Amino acid sequence: MEQKIDAQQVRKVAKLARLALSDAEIEEFTGQLGAILGYVEKMNELDTTGVEPLAHCLPISNVFRADEVRESLGTEKTLANAPDRDGAFFKVPKILEDSSA
Amino acid sequence: MSIHELTAIELRDRIAAGRVSSVEATRATLDRIDQIDPTVGAYLSVFHDGAIQAAQSVDRRIAAGEPVGPLAGVPVAVKDVMCTSFGATTCGSRILENFHAPYDATVIRKLLAADAIIVGKTNMDEFAMGSSTENSGLKKTVNPWDTSRVPGGSSGGSAAAVAARMCFTALGSDTGGSIRQPASFCGVVGLKPTYGRVSRYGLVAYGSSLDQIGPFGRTVADAALMLKVIAGHDPADSTSVSEEIAPVEDYLEKLNEPVEGLRIGVASGFNAGADPAVRQAIDRAVDGYRDAGARIVEVAMPHLDYAIAAYYVIATAEASSNLARYDGVHYGHRTPNPADYVEVYSKSREEAFGKEVKRRIMLGTYALSSGYYDAYYLKALKVRNLIRGDFVRAFERCDCLAMPVAPTTAFQFGEKVDDPLKMYLSDIYTIAVNLAGIPGISVPAGFDEGGLPIGLQLIGPAFSEARLLRIARMHEARTDWHMKKPAAVERVTA
Amino acid sequence: MSDLTYRIIVGLEIHVQLNTRTKMFCGCALRFGEEANSRVCPVCLGLPGALPVMNGQAVEYAILAAMALNCEIAEFTKWDRKSYYYPDLPKNYQISQYDLPLGSNGYIEIPLDDGKTKRIRIRRAHLEEDAGKNLHTAGYHSQVDLNRAGTPLLEIVTEPDMNSADQVRALAVELQRIVRYLGVSEADMQKGHMRFEPNVNLVIERAGQKFRTPIAEVKNLNSFRALERSVAYEARRQLDEFLETGLTMQMGNKSTRGWDDVNEATVLQREKEEAHDYRYFPDPDLVPVTPAPEWLAQIRSRLCELPVHRQVRYVQEHGLSDYDAGVLTADRLTADFFEQATQAGANAKRVCNLLTQVGLKLANERGRDLSGLGLEPFGVADLAKMIDAGTISASAGNTILTAMVETGKKPDVLAQELSLIQKSDVGELERILDQVLAENAAAVAEITTGGKKAQKSRGFLMGQVMQKTKGQANPKIVSELLNRKLGTPDGKGTQ
Ligand SMILES: [Mg+2]
Ligand SMILES: [Zn+2]
Repeated sequence: MEQKIDAQQVRKVAKLARLALSDAEIEEFTGQLGAILGYVEKMNELDTTGVEPLAHCLPISNVFRADEVRESLGTEKTLANAPDRDGAFFKVPKILEDSSA
Repeated sequence: MSIHELTAIELRDRIAAGRVSSVEATRATLDRIDQIDPTVGAYLSVFHDGAIQAAQSVDRRIAAGEPVGPLAGVPVAVKDVMCTSFGATTCGSRILENFHAPYDATVIRKLLAADAIIVGKTNMDEFAMGSSTENSGLKKTVNPWDTSRVPGGSSGGSAAAVAARMCFTALGSDTGGSIRQPASFCGVVGLKPTYGRVSRYGLVAYGSSLDQIGPFGRTVADAALMLKVIAGHDPADSTSVSEEIAPVEDYLEKLNEPVEGLRIGVASGFNAGADPAVRQAIDRAVDGYRDAGARIVEVAMPHLDYAIAAYYVIATAEASSNLARYDGVHYGHRTPNPADYVEVYSKSREEAFGKEVKRRIMLGTYALSSGYYDAYYLKALKVRNLIRGDFVRAFERCDCLAMPVAPTTAFQFGEKVDDPLKMYLSDIYTIAVNLAGIPGISVPAGFDEGGLPIGLQLIGPAFSEARLLRIARMHEARTDWHMKKPAAVERVTA
Repeated sequence: MSDLTYRIIVGLEIHVQLNTRTKMFCGCALRFGEEANSRVCPVCLGLPGALPVMNGQAVEYAILAAMALNCEIAEFTKWDRKSYYYPDLPKNYQISQYDLPLGSNGYIEIPLDDGKTKRIRIRRAHLEEDAGKNLHTAGYHSQVDLNRAGTPLLEIVTEPDMNSADQVRALAVELQRIVRYLGVSEADMQKGHMRFEPNVNLVIERAGQKFRTPIAEVKNLNSFRALERSVAYEARRQLDEFLETGLTMQMGNKSTRGWDDVNEATVLQREKEEAHDYRYFPDPDLVPVTPAPEWLAQIRSRLCELPVHRQVRYVQEHGLSDYDAGVLTADRLTADFFEQATQAGANAKRVCNLLTQVGLKLANERGRDLSGLGLEPFGVADLAKMIDAGTISASAGNTILTAMVETGKKPDVLAQELSLIQKSDVGELERILDQVLAENAAAVAEITTGGKKAQKSRGFLMGQVMQKTKGQANPKIVSELLNRKLGTPDGKGTQ
């Protein structure tokens, strides 16, 4: 069977997913993901021409909230689970590149 | 009869009548947890003090003649995937091992408003990803019927706790069978409601378009009572359905009335993949319905064979996004010495997520990544629509479908954990229900030659829970499978 | 080099913060300058289990703005997750709209210097949530504040239809005026309510050949001035770079540059546009928006005449200068005030002068709008009418307007109290004038003989009358009386 995914692709995906996988895991996942993807391609047996993608089974739309203020947690509760803090802020190692979108 | 053998409804009624106090029931439950949970491992946390205090309060109010809720004084357990403002909420993951939610999930608020006594939070596959609870990053849970076997998953802790009488009812969550399959493996009733019936607010997400909270009980009536308590519209969950679209019914009111002119759908070809013992149990249950006057209708479900493929793309795609937030920045595990902020992400996640979670994140990330979206994610959504179509057509001809919950009974530890695909394939009977957003229930339907429970799955159209529960009750009323006690646990208490 | 010509091409990506009370998907209050992380809840902190619910007001504001930008409003729109990891993005995805934006194919008309307007096409307008803030000021680590996380933003993307820094500025100013008119945003650039990111490059023609320079996207612009200057700077820089290196636009050589306000220059931030893979997919926690026609009609009914149209109309209908019309239409409250005053029957130019010379100055000083000063359109209309009728002088009018703000009294009352009512009794004024003429025979002679100082002498006699009346004589009447008695200044003689 044709290989669905190689180690290089697995590394790329791991980077996208922010997982510092070990080499052993890369190897293991390459095989396992390949097998799963091979199975998943079973879907191609089905002709889905003209079939709408179904992201949600619900018959509902337009669910809105009134623009009314609800109480926030406040700084202390917001930071209660923080692994590291600096006063009223979350603290992280220096952020270098601005990748905000 | 021991207090543990009472159903939730029986206990509730006795407490209300003053025949037993909630404190007695709660203390007995906590004692039993202390006694047998070291063997079973169902609980991740137990609220000894909090539970007793809550029970005292209920007893006081009953004594004072004050009105109390429909679960007043009844010890219940919740899967540790629902946020509680008390104790930790871990999702069975080391990444949230010390996470304390500052809020209660809507279902928790509803349980508390119903005056239930929450005795503890139960073990699960990490982030509800698994079918055996072996993927818990924190604890091992065994099957109360055979401690060498898994309790099923991902809500294995809740199922085991109910089966082992360590609570009277419990909540689980079901994304691809995570209530029904452990219910089947542990010989209890487990209901996955229609998507949108129960609020997901405070339910830690795995696959958001598939996840649904539901009850475990030792009887159909207990499951019906729990559903009544937790169902309903929640303005905090955009995907919870309003009363206008589907009002919450009184699921207990007509529970004991058989459904007139019942039509049971069976997809014979589809059921053929199950073990002989499982097939026999399903056939026997269907025969029971026939004997009770139901018409058995053969239905074709041509797309169900593709459900696993579609599910493992959709669920993992959603999961890859839902689990992106566990990054060591705002809460949860952070790697001790990150070289830079990018390592805070990649190492924290690498260190604290288990294998299965990483595997699914990888799969889902891949399925959504540029160049693969159409082939995997979009294709899966289209297949999902075809699967729903199968159900829609089937329900034109029958009131519910009867099929196995799982192809096998509870398997041995380690039997499938190294072969993820093999593990995924065991979800064949449960997954399509989540893709279609419809309700399904597992009810005890027999045992295999090794004495392991077998569940019958009944599947109905959206928002047909009231009728589905009645149909399940028809089966329960004709059998006594649900009365059996798990042997392995009985040995511990003997 | 002499045959080289070039044209600047600019498209804008704009984020406008909507003026709702609460965030896009949770009930946290939107306030500027609060303690860090105090306006945060499970939803905008991205806690496990928390779920978003759309703020209906934000959706309405977005639709209203999209309508004002002449966009087609989608019949079906949905939310998508845009994935990227950044500490100010708690869920590590942003809830945004990808393939089905709320508005598309619109345009905005911007005023040009020659009094004409230009249409800039708008590709799309969609709603999304803002990120929090990373602060990079504290040594070896960064700080994260999530108060802003979840703020509703309208992202507007224009086509690259602007061809000068002036046009870019004009669009920015016009957009600010529109969103303020509609009340959908405070649009304060300093507070980050409006963020502009221009995409700039040049089309250069040399010796019959066309070249395109690599696109630069400029960030960190927090004033109109910075926006305008950064575009002008980029044009110069890119031309220089082209002349030096001959570098032209290719796949992947788009760069990101930051504006350095101190040195007035753009600084390279990212050389190559990274191959971002945002993995957009529909957000399963939210349901679609399918605006009903009745709802859209109701929103459309709140759509007002756009400022640029009002400005042109004031020039045409009232003969105001383009500048004055621009000042009056800068915000909707002022323009509405002006129109109500003129509708009450006052002369438009008079009202305009009162408002531009006094009213808006006072408002500015006190950080209020006109009605915030306690002024009412009817009061200002009455005042304008008094000036027109000659009851008071124009300068007295300015004095009275100031007094109206200070005391809240009516203009006629103040005119009395401050003794600013002009003497318009012809008999009385004639008696005083006769007395002045008698006392100043030399000046009279100068006028009647048409001497060199005739004009000056006229002014002197007028001044004498004013002195005797303590400035209350109606100058128009005095002047007419003078004409009658001594002939008109152009020497046409008496009537
Ligand atoms: Mg954006
Ligand atoms: Zn919030």
